[in-house]
Amino acid sequence: MESPVTELLKTPLHALHLSLGARMVPFAGYAMPVQYRDGLIAEHRQCRSAAALFDVSHMGQVRLSGADAAAALETLVPVDVVDLAVGRQRYAFFTNEHGGLLDDLMISRPAPGTGFGDLFLVVNAGCKDADLRHLQTNIGHRCTVVGMPERALLALQGPQAADALARLNPGVKDLVFMTGGVFELADAPCFVTRSGYTGEDGFEISVPAERAEALASALLALPEVKPAGLGARDTLRLEAGLCLYGHDIDENTSPVEAGLTWAIQKVRRPGGAREGGYPGAAAVERHLAGGAMRKRVGLVGLERVPVREGTAIVDAHGHALGRVTSGTLAPGVDRPIAMAYLPQDHAAPEHEVYAEVRGKRLPMRVTKMPFQPHRYHRG
Amino acid sequence: MTTMFTPDHEWINIEDHEAAVVGITPHAQDALGDVVFVELPEVGRTFKKGEVAGVVESVKAAADIYMPVSGEIVEVNEALRDEPALANSDPMGSGWFFKVHVSDMGEFDQLMDPPAYDALLKTL
Repeated sequence: MESPVTELLKTPLHALHLSLGARMVPFAGYAMPVQYRDGLIAEHRQCRSAAALFDVSHMGQVRLSGADAAAALETLVPVDVVDLAVGRQRYAFFTNEHGGLLDDLMISRPAPGTGFGDLFLVVNAGCKDADLRHLQTNIGHRCTVVGMPERALLALQGPQAADALARLNPGVKDLVFMTGGVFELADAPCFVTRSGYTGEDGFEISVPAERAEALASALLALPEVKPAGLGARDTLRLEAGLCLYGHDIDENTSPVEAGLTWAIQKVRRPGGAREGGYPGAAAVERHLAGGAMRKRVGLVGLERVPVREGTAIVDAHGHALGRVTSGTLAPGVDRPIAMAYLPQDHAAPEHEVYAEVRGKRLPMRVTKMPFQPHRYHRG
Repeated sequence: MTTMFTPDHEWINIEDHEAAVVGITPHAQDALGDVVFVELPEVGRTFKKGEVAGVVESVKAAADIYMPVSGEIVEVNEALRDEPALANSDPMGSGWFFKVHVSDMGEFDQLMDPPAYDALLKTL
């Protein structure tokens, strides 16, 4: 049962959302805007054509401080953190002892002395309390682990995001995809990374909570920027082929099944200088060596019926193959798109499978992801 | 011409003595958001009051359409197949879903009249 809105946490932009006509929904314990007046499809298109502003303050921000922080964090993620250069950002995930995924996260290495620690992490809203405990319990003796609830997080995404943000501080244009640094925005020091969750060029901006509304209002005053809600964020990330934690990846999916092996650098793989050493390494390495039985794939529907999370995927004889983990009728592709885990022998592009929707078998084709090309600014 | 409403936010409008037009209310389309797909019932099928006769899907969610009354489907709005967003832009007009030959007018009279439906909306 959904808890009443009065019991939900509010982000620092709550009043602004209401003034913009947002429809608020409970999400990960927060009242969050699912869409504004223009609606999901318009907001989705706004992000693909100009710039959209998302409030993602419900997500967790954590800083790790201490000379040993990177080496310590490597005991929890199969990712190269030690060699992460100052100003760089990297995608990572926490694993459990079976090699399943506890959460996925972004790791940045801020410049020393900026107040964002030696490593700055952004984790999922629904996992942030558990992540903080996980970090404190396991590496709290090697580095200082501090949650940063005093900061809000904004995402400005779209082909005009850079021009828009540069009007507040031209320095942000020096960033390229997966880099970040501290920039003064709305009279406050903000940690800005050129990254996001839509497949578009854009930025994520950690801003002090008390300056969040000023920054959001300054951005929304620009002609190319409009607000977008969690609804559009979900369709955008699905078109971009990006996983949503708790849906496309969870404690029972390994990074290899999920198609996230690219995030495990050579130095952490078998034979690498710092191989293993994270929870479930043996299981992940077995998958890396021998392949997984099943694989996350993209599916495109050949009919216009939306195919949603939980829908059974079957072969031509009706034999169960897997289930959809995310699915929608994609505004940008104008077709049903979905992700599902399928056995390897059904996972090749162009392979045809069927989605069982309300007693009908709808044909879908395995396709390469992303469904929409990424347009990151790689410099 | 009388329009009645269900607690599930369908409207039904008696056009002549027995055939009635059914659609979803402005409140329903607003709650759903952008409608991207409508599954309409087959012409000739009969349903009892309360049975699922169709599905309306927005980008985010699917919602069942319940029969406001018992009867036989006599026509469906083919325009919705190509332009599901009619359910958003004109829910009480060109975004209608289907026409039904009402088998029991007593069921029709038991639905909510406009003041009763307005009162329901105020409680939401």
